Amino acid sequence: METALQSNQLTTLANENQRGLINSSAFTFSKEKRLPVLKTKMETKGLSIYYNKTLAVEDFSLSVPANQITAIIGPSGCGKSTLLRSLNRMTDLIPRTHVEGSVLLDGENLYAPNIDVVELRRRIGMVFQRPNPFPMSIYDNVAYGPRIYGVRNRVALDDIVETCLKQAALWDEVKHKLNQSGMAISGGQQQRLCIARALAVEPEVILMDEPAASLDPIATLKIEELMQNLKSSYTIIIVTHNMQQAARVSNFTAFMMLNDHKAGSLVEFGETAGLFTNPKHKQTQEYVTGRFG
Amino acid sequence: MAELNPTLDTSLKVSYITGRKGYLRRKLVNVLMLVLTGAVTLLALFPLFWIIGYVMAKGGQYINLDLFTQLPRPAGVAGGGVLHAIEGTLMLTLVAAVVAIPIGLLAAFYAAYHPNTPLGVGLRFGTDVLSGVPSIVVGIFAYALVVKPSGHYSLLAGGLAMAIIMLPTTIRTTEEMIKLVPTNLREGALALGAPEWKTALQVTFPAALSGILTGFMLSLARASGETAPLLFTALGNDRFDLAKLISGGVSAGQSIFNILGNILQQPVDSLALTLYKYSQDPNINRVNQSWAVAFVLMMLVLIINILARGWVEYRAAKLRG
Repeated sequence: METALQSNQLTTLANENQRGLINSSAFTFSKEKRLPVLKTKMETKGLSIYYNKTLAVEDFSLSVPANQITAIIGPSGCGKSTLLRSLNRMTDLIPRTHVEGSVLLDGENLYAPNIDVVELRRRIGMVFQRPNPFPMSIYDNVAYGPRIYGVRNRVALDDIVETCLKQAALWDEVKHKLNQSGMAISGGQQQRLCIARALAVEPEVILMDEPAASLDPIATLKIEELMQNLKSSYTIIIVTHNMQQAARVSNFTAFMMLNDHKAGSLVEFGETAGLFTNPKHKQTQEYVTGRFG
Repeated sequence: MAELNPTLDTSLKVSYITGRKGYLRRKLVNVLMLVLTGAVTLLALFPLFWIIGYVMAKGGQYINLDLFTQLPRPAGVAGGGVLHAIEGTLMLTLVAAVVAIPIGLLAAFYAAYHPNTPLGVGLRFGTDVLSGVPSIVVGIFAYALVVKPSGHYSLLAGGLAMAIIMLPTTIRTTEEMIKLVPTNLREGALALGAPEWKTALQVTFPAALSGILTGFMLSLARASGETAPLLFTALGNDRFDLAKLISGGVSAGQSIFNILGNILQQPVDSLALTLYKYSQDPNINRVNQSWAVAFVLMMLVLIINILARGWVEYRAAKLRG
């Protein structure tokens, strides 16, 4: 009874979301398949990630559409975060990690030898599971990125800080205390500050690793609303444990799971509504109806 | 409601527990252990308060302004002070800090960022060994390194010996403080495209700063109380007169570097050395002064400690907002 109910709720959520997408989108739809024709922003091709010799993610191929929210869901430990981190080469930071295959941003392979990792991380921003404001003022937190890239002009910085805080729906709450420590505001505000900080370097893609996992429901709701507002300007990829969240916020969902080699692999990818209401794979169906995971 | 659910009947529950034989014994053992651990804690604190109280009682009465402002008088002449030793301690500590802090800081960053490289492992092992080396051996090392080649005892040699004493604590506390900075803070900066060195300098270092400074100050306090490494290096110098050295250098038209170089070449006294020597002096004035010096030294270390901890509190409170 309970799983059926949950599944119904998810379906409803996904359907509502889908309606929202159709109403608000300016995309062209191909008549036969009822799928929006979308530009691909990011793409992984046969991506495999190794920790030491252990295979963590195997042969992962996914096309992430531009200006949409793509959710990656799956049970704990299936390699969602690892996959997400490989998309802006944060995996480089973990010693003895090895990546095969390719990750394309606008058709350009991020793992090609001539890629500037610094520039690539500017283009692909990241928001982490736990808010991680730097130990400096709110203003300096947002201005940190632009300063790295050489913006020194105070007026220009003021402008960036205000714009980004407004985009992150935080401006009204902090405009009177920009000089206060970024660690002195609430967890939800901190997370929005981190989003503002990521926006300040003008990224094209924003990766979110369980951005609401440590937040209360109201703060979570704010982050989710914020994501909806951001997607017109950015491509968002979100990893989440929370299926309701994926159903609420995302336009596309990728479901991943450990395969026979105990490595994370893609089971199913499609429009969120379709994946939740009419999953093509038995494993997806079992997962979204809460029968395991 | 109680009738409906007999297990929730409180009177029944109380009698069930207190009715058991072991309960009284358990309470007794509890009280006994509390008394025992409390008494031992007091015992452990006893030497500390005894030392402070005793030194205060013996030395406090000889504290006067002259002690801080006057140079020593010739033996047998009453009065005078230990200005030379206060200056010496401050200068030795300064030299030690100037040498030990940059080295310690940079080495700690290396060790924290590359803990599993041979150099990182070696550094950790080396600092452990170094912190176990008796301080008098460090003194002999500085003697061989500076005193012997230069042919005389000096502030430089003493400062160097103290720097070596400070190094292990400085490196290890700094390394621990850097490691305590959450990884996701570092990742946050790197994800914005900051290069590793900027992340270390602008994010990790400020986040760890209060801890690092405490480490510095604690190791400074520790080193400034050391006597043994100074015996072969700074030696002690009753006739050290900083004001005269400076005014003499200025009137001879020497550059600031010459004057500083000259000061570094001088053997100097420190509070700890003075305490050691005065306490063995046949002159009762000097013995009394040695108690006062002990008191001053203790207060100095205490004040540095309190300042260090106060600073940490202040920084933490400021970050919390």
